[in-house]
Amino acid sequence: MAASGSVLPMELRDLRFAAGGQSIIDGISATIDAGPATIILGANGAGKSVLMRLMHGLLRPTSGAIVWRAQDAERVQRGQAMVFQRPVMLRRSALANIVYALELARVPAGRRERQAMDALREVGLADVAGRPARVLSGGEQQRLALARAWALHPEVLFLDEPTANLDPGATREIENVIKAFDASGTKIVMSTHNLGQARRLGDEVLFLHQGRLVERAPVDTFFRQPASAEAAAFINGELPWV
Amino acid sequence: MLAATSEGLRLVATLDLRLWEIVVLSLAVSLSAVLLATLLGLPLGAALAVGRFPGRRALIVLLNALMGLPPVVVGLLVYLLLSRAGPLGEFGLLFTPPAMVVAQTILVLPIIAALCRQAVEDAWVEYEEQLRSLGAHGLRAALTLLWDIRFSLVTAVLAGLGRALAEVGAVIIVGGNIDGVTRVMTTTIALETSKGDLPLALSLGFILIALVILLNAVAHLIKEAAQRRYG
Repeated sequence: MAASGSVLPMELRDLRFAAGGQSIIDGISATIDAGPATIILGANGAGKSVLMRLMHGLLRPTSGAIVWRAQDAERVQRGQAMVFQRPVMLRRSALANIVYALELARVPAGRRERQAMDALREVGLADVAGRPARVLSGGEQQRLALARAWALHPEVLFLDEPTANLDPGATREIENVIKAFDASGTKIVMSTHNLGQARRLGDEVLFLHQGRLVERAPVDTFFRQPASAEAAAFINGELPWV
Repeated sequence: MLAATSEGLRLVATLDLRLWEIVVLSLAVSLSAVLLATLLGLPLGAALAVGRFPGRRALIVLLNALMGLPPVVVGLLVYLLLSRAGPLGEFGLLFTPPAMVVAQTILVLPIIAALCRQAVEDAWVEYEEQLRSLGAHGLRAALTLLWDIRFSLVTAVLAGLGRALAEVGAVIIVGGNIDGVTRVMTTTIALETSKGDLPLALSLGFILIALVILLNAVAHLIKEAAQRRYG
């Protein structure tokens, strides 16, 4: 990382977001530190995706603020990457998709291709580097999206329900890549409504309910003895489908 | 009718020189106009799709409306601009092929720009978050989108080409339909029909329709192959 230190922690200060007169994020305050893999957990419509987009800077909060430790906006932007529920690939080869991202990140031309290949190898897609990205399977495209994020060497990686559209096999592969990211020291912030996945990948849970941060706890504690009635109901309600 | 048709087909088959001069000039004028309109129209369409500025919506409505510009009106405006007393009269372009290119470019530009705007905007809905996340903004994002939907844009360019090849009103006014100089397929058809030389008119009609079908077929095949290849 840069000499000036980490872009983290990231502080959410009474964050609110409303659209069409409807409150979606309703006063969330929290500090996201480097280190533990953070899982944003909650039912559909709890505000997980919107919170992820606010943190990543794709949406502007209606009120409140997100304050990163690093002051420089450019550095904050370069310090993070996001993988979406549905990956969007350009009509060019898998390798070229990553090279494109590196070009935008101002990586010198001479290094892009090697860095992109390294990332593809990391997610096990080196053998399809030359294939058009859009004809890859859904699971492969999501791994490619992870490789694209990986190649940028972000300090924080936001993942918005990255396996929601995938079958169990592809899900396992994605989870393995995320674990490798985590092990390499990248801060993981992932939203999911899948309790098994939260347990497998997370260190701490931020539980959202109707746009509010209802509970924050280490993963074990959260599942063993949830402090809030909403979390307990969610865990009981969801478990049969895990 | 039958005699005229068979005589028309004979003219096509024997590669009548007079006929082919007219066909070549038609293609040269319309392809030049479409090339110019594409170079101007694609960036314009992309900017309107991705940009956010005051007056944008009014501009989009105007552009869509201009797709239906009457060729004779465009011809008249260009005529006034290029006529000896007009602001651009000193260049002496009136009744020359360049004048016809200018008129057709104006006619075709709104079609290509408006169709491109729609295509880019549809793509932007899908790509926006990803591109912004990667740090592509403004011009960069617009160029990325244009390149990524390049095969869909073929349709916009073809619509423009169809319009250019088919119109008669603009080129007849600014070109003057001078034999051997500014006479193109459509103006010849109009003239020969009124003179009663139906074989020549018909043979040009056949060629015009065949050309349009051929160009569309080629473009369609290219588009299909590209979509299979790139998804």
